[in-house]
Amino acid sequence: MNHLELIDLTLAYGKGASAVERLSLTVARGELVSLLGPSGCGKTTTMRAVAGLLAPRDGRIVLAGEDITRVPAHRRDIGLVFQSYALFPHLSARDNVAFGLRLRRVPADELRQRVEQALHAVGLEAFADRLPANLSGGQQQRVALARAIVLRPRLLLLDEPLSNLDARLRLEMRAELRRLQRELGITMLYVTHDQDEALSLSDRIVVMNAGRIEQSAEPEAVWNRPATPFVARFMGCENLFEVGPSLPVAAPPGATHLAWRATAVPLAAAHAPGIEGRVLARSYLGERVEYLVETALGRIKATGAAHRLADASASPTVWDEGAPVRVRLDPARAAVIPPSAAAGAGPGVAA
Amino acid sequence: MRRGSRAAMAMLLLALAFLVGPFAVVFIAGFSDGDSLAFPPQSWSLRWMSHVLAEEAFQRSFITSLWVGFGGTTIALLLGVPVAYALSRFAVPGREWVRTALTLPLVVPGIIVGLALLNHMVLLFDLPVVASLLVGHATLLLPYTVRVVSSSLANLRLDIDDAAITLGATRLQAFFKVVLPNIRAGVAAAFILAFITSFNQVPVSLFLTGPGVSTLPIEMLAYMETSYDPSIAALSTLLVAFTIALVAVTEKVLGISKYV
Repeated sequence: MNHLELIDLTLAYGKGASAVERLSLTVARGELVSLLGPSGCGKTTTMRAVAGLLAPRDGRIVLAGEDITRVPAHRRDIGLVFQSYALFPHLSARDNVAFGLRLRRVPADELRQRVEQALHAVGLEAFADRLPANLSGGQQQRVALARAIVLRPRLLLLDEPLSNLDARLRLEMRAELRRLQRELGITMLYVTHDQDEALSLSDRIVVMNAGRIEQSAEPEAVWNRPATPFVARFMGCENLFEVGPSLPVAAPPGATHLAWRATAVPLAAAHAPGIEGRVLARSYLGERVEYLVETALGRIKATGAAHRLADASASPTVWDEGAPVRVRLDPARAAVIPPSAAAGAGPGVAA
Repeated sequence: MRRGSRAAMAMLLLALAFLVGPFAVVFIAGFSDGDSLAFPPQSWSLRWMSHVLAEEAFQRSFITSLWVGFGGTTIALLLGVPVAYALSRFAVPGREWVRTALTLPLVVPGIIVGLALLNHMVLLFDLPVVASLLVGHATLLLPYTVRVVSSSLANLRLDIDDAAITLGATRLQAFFKVVLPNIRAGVAAAFILAFITSFNQVPVSLFLTGPGVSTLPIEMLAYMETSYDPSIAALSTLLVAFTIALVAVTEKVLGISKYV
């Protein structure tokens, strides 16, 4: 059942050009959907509109069957976790969490119980009396989360919530978010520019570009079957080619583009079959070596094994800059981009 | 000590002498026992101190100054805080124009502001003296309150009021529950700065004071035109002490110095 529905939403700041154009999107109850895209693609703008902090220029927002397009933000019952956390500096962690309940005049006993519960859910009981300034970034993040979930919102929006944390903490919080979302059955709309985050957290990923939806599909489908050249490139398929006579690869019927990640393009010696090229640059990545190869098709990123660096006597599998090589573009390992796919349309590719 | 830093130290002492010197002269003269203002005094006493404290004209104008200072500052804050908030949070049409207009009372010479206010408040609308003093001072103080409150709003993250709103607060509740508590020190700083400015104000008050109602600086000016005894020095010393105490207490309680 559709819990949240955005229908032909057009959004703009002031009288300027629109930041989001006729965007339609649905989120099912209990689903975690990511809005993924580069900065400026309109994902945060979309989220602010759902929260009610930005009035749409056109289109409708429907939550649980109710048209909330004109409902003021403070009566929407939608939680929002800000990128900057936006904690109230003058209130302790506990009072930050209690803020929304106090506004709703929840009785003291229930209030205390719900605040403790929320603090417990994010593992912050021990820090409840500290001011935000005396909490670490990760702890502030948890307070922001507790402050939102304590109200049991109909929908929880998260705006790049992990982007200010260090890498280790980010992974930890990612798992924790997922656990909380499952336990509490919250419907979440999650804004991020980090594809790993979107892949690991989401039930469904909505890839956005320049105010439009490029693809809406399960993580596995977005990764393996990008619907547009933009999605392919954004998901790390750096070698993207238009299908045509100049591409010496047999493309499946109907394909407009073929795309390969560097890891899907093996490098071989100059006498092997494949596309001729010359190594432009080499970077050692530990498990493998990545090459930038100049070919007749343009620059191709390819991957080779890293054996020789460990054992100099092994056969030459590592090439120096300037060495003639062959790259293999295997159609079986390519991401195949179908003609004018999913852009802007419906629920997207089913897996 | 290196040669350069010795020269810098000398400059610093010179600058301090310039700054503190005149105050020192007045301060010392205030404890004189003589009948006319002289420096250095020939003999010492507190009689001019007690004289000014007992002087009824000074007492009355001191009270007027306090009222005008508190009243004018309060009006300037009641107008200035919402103006600063709106300027910091919303795309107010003509925002730059408003900002420029707000600096006018700072840029335009006090004599001209005074004359303009005299023309309107007193001659055109026939306001009583105290009312026109209040309006005149509030006008002058508004730029100070807007500026100081704006700078403390600038230190506050934009999205905490949005956060409050998504948690169920109206814009007004968000302001009072979340924004105001976090700019308290800035508002206090604005109050002190505006109050002191009002308290020392001469040119505008000169035009707006009328029969029987005068602010302290105007009363002091009038007194000096007729008498040249050390009472003005004594009074100045008392006023400086009063101002310093006011600032020190607020600084101690709220730590306002970072906003001014």
